[in-house]
Amino acid sequence: MATIFENRLEKLRQSFTEMGVDVSEQIYQSTKSYIDHDVKLAQTVIDGDSDVNSNETKLEKQAMNLIALQQPVASDFRIIISYLKAASDLERIGDNAGTIARETLRAKGNPRIADVETVIAKITKHVRKMLEQILDAYTTLDATIAPEIAQEDRKIDHYYQTTRTAITEGILANPETAVAASSYLMVIRLLERIGDHIVNLAEYLIYCETGKIVELDADDGHLD
Amino acid sequence: MTKQSTSPLLRTRDVHLYYGEKEALHGINLDFNQHEITALIGPSGCGKSTYLRCLNRMNDLAGNVTITGSFELDGQDIYRPQQDVVELRKLVGMVFQQPNPFPFSVFDNVAYGMRVQGITDKKVLTERVESSLRQAAVWDEVKDQLNKNALAFSGGQQQRICIARLLAVQPEVILLDEPTSALDPISSAKIEETLQDIKTDYTIIIVTHSMQQASRISDKTAFMLNGDLIEYGKTKKLFLNPEKEATSDYLNGKFG
Repeated sequence: MATIFENRLEKLRQSFTEMGVDVSEQIYQSTKSYIDHDVKLAQTVIDGDSDVNSNETKLEKQAMNLIALQQPVASDFRIIISYLKAASDLERIGDNAGTIARETLRAKGNPRIADVETVIAKITKHVRKMLEQILDAYTTLDATIAPEIAQEDRKIDHYYQTTRTAITEGILANPETAVAASSYLMVIRLLERIGDHIVNLAEYLIYCETGKIVELDADDGHLD
Repeated sequence: MTKQSTSPLLRTRDVHLYYGEKEALHGINLDFNQHEITALIGPSGCGKSTYLRCLNRMNDLAGNVTITGSFELDGQDIYRPQQDVVELRKLVGMVFQQPNPFPFSVFDNVAYGMRVQGITDKKVLTERVESSLRQAAVWDEVKDQLNKNALAFSGGQQQRICIARLLAVQPEVILLDEPTSALDPISSAKIEETLQDIKTDYTIIIVTHSMQQASRISDKTAFMLNGDLIEYGKTKKLFLNPEKEATSDYLNGKFG
C-alpha cells in the first residue's frame, strides 16, 4: 500500500521537522535570554513550551496510527520508532529550554561571576551546534554524524565538571554571588542533560539505519 | 454506532438469513456511507460473505435461503418485487476471490456490460474501456494487448481487468469478496492502491481475511462473529481501541 502509507509517513516526517525547528528555536532563545539577561525573551520561551508539548502529542498519535493501521516492517518500522523515540527526547530538550528561561528570571539582578558566564556562553554555543547537526542529520536519516555527536557530548561533560569547580571557587571568593551561582549550577546541568538527549537522538539514527540499539555514551555517561 | 451527518447510501436493518432452518445471520444493522471503504472482517463462517451477497441479491440464486430485514439503496428497497435484479447488480457490482474474466479479449471483457446495456457506438465503447482500465490501474499493462485473451494475463492483472469490467457499467457500490486472497503481495498492493484511488467515485465494501488489508485501506470496519455484528465503527478506533474484548482478541489473532 505504497501511496497512503508514504503520505502518512511524510506527514509524520513533517511533524518531526516542525518539532525540531521549534525546539531548536526554544533552545536558542532560552540560552540567549540567559546569556543576555533578557527577561522578555525568557518569557517568550516559557510561553512557547506548551506548543512543543502539543506537537509531541500530535506526532505520537500519528506514529501510533501508522503502526496500528499500516503495520510497517523493516526500515519503515524503524523510521517510525526512531521518530517516536526522538520526539520524546526533543520534548525533554524543550522542557529544559523552559527551565533555563525560568532561571533567567530568577537570576536577574544578583551579583554575577563574569568568567563563569563566559564559559556558559561557550557551552551554549556548543550545545546549539550539536542540536542543529543532529536535526540536519534527521532530515536525511543519515547516521554518519552519530559518533561525532557522542564525541562532542564528551566535551560538554568535561566543561560541566570544570565549570562546576569554577562556580564553587567563585562562591568562595565572593559569597554574594551565591544566588547567581546556584542558577549557574542549574543551567550547566541542564545544558549537560540536553547534550545527553542529543546523544540519544544520535543513537536512534543508528537504530534507524542499521537496526542496532547502541549506547554511544556508555564509557562516561554517568555524572551523578 | 455513531450517528452520521450525511445519510448513508446503503442502509440495512435487522438482516436475518436462514439456510433452511438454520439461522446464519442474526439481525445485522449496517449503514454504508458514500465514497467510503468498509471492511467486513471475522473468522471463516461468521457470515460476512453471506451478508455481502445479500447486498446485490446473490443469495437469491441459492435455493432454500430465506432473508428478512430491510435493505435500502438510495432509499429504495432492493428486495421489492418490482426490483430488476440485473439492474441492481449493475448498481451494486461484485468482485470475487478468484479472478473470473470471460474467456475472450480484454476489450470484449470490459465492453461486455455496456453491450448488454445496448451500447454499440464504437467510440463510446472504446473510450469507456480505456477509462475503466485506467481507473482500475491496469491500462498501462494491457493497452497494447487489448485483443489478447484476458485469461492470458497474470492473476493480479486479471483481477484488475475484472474491476475495470465492473467500473465500465458505472456502479454505485462495489462489493469485493476477498479480492486479493488468491494474489501475491505486490498484486494485492496494486489492488489496494486501485481501491484507494477509485473510492472518491464509489462506495466500496470489502470482505477480507487480512486484518492488515482492512486496517490499511478501509475507513470503517465491521467485525462479525457467528452471524452477529460484534462491532462496527471507524477503522482507526477499531484497530487502536476497540470497544469489545472479542474484537480485540480477534484482531490480536487469539482466535479465528
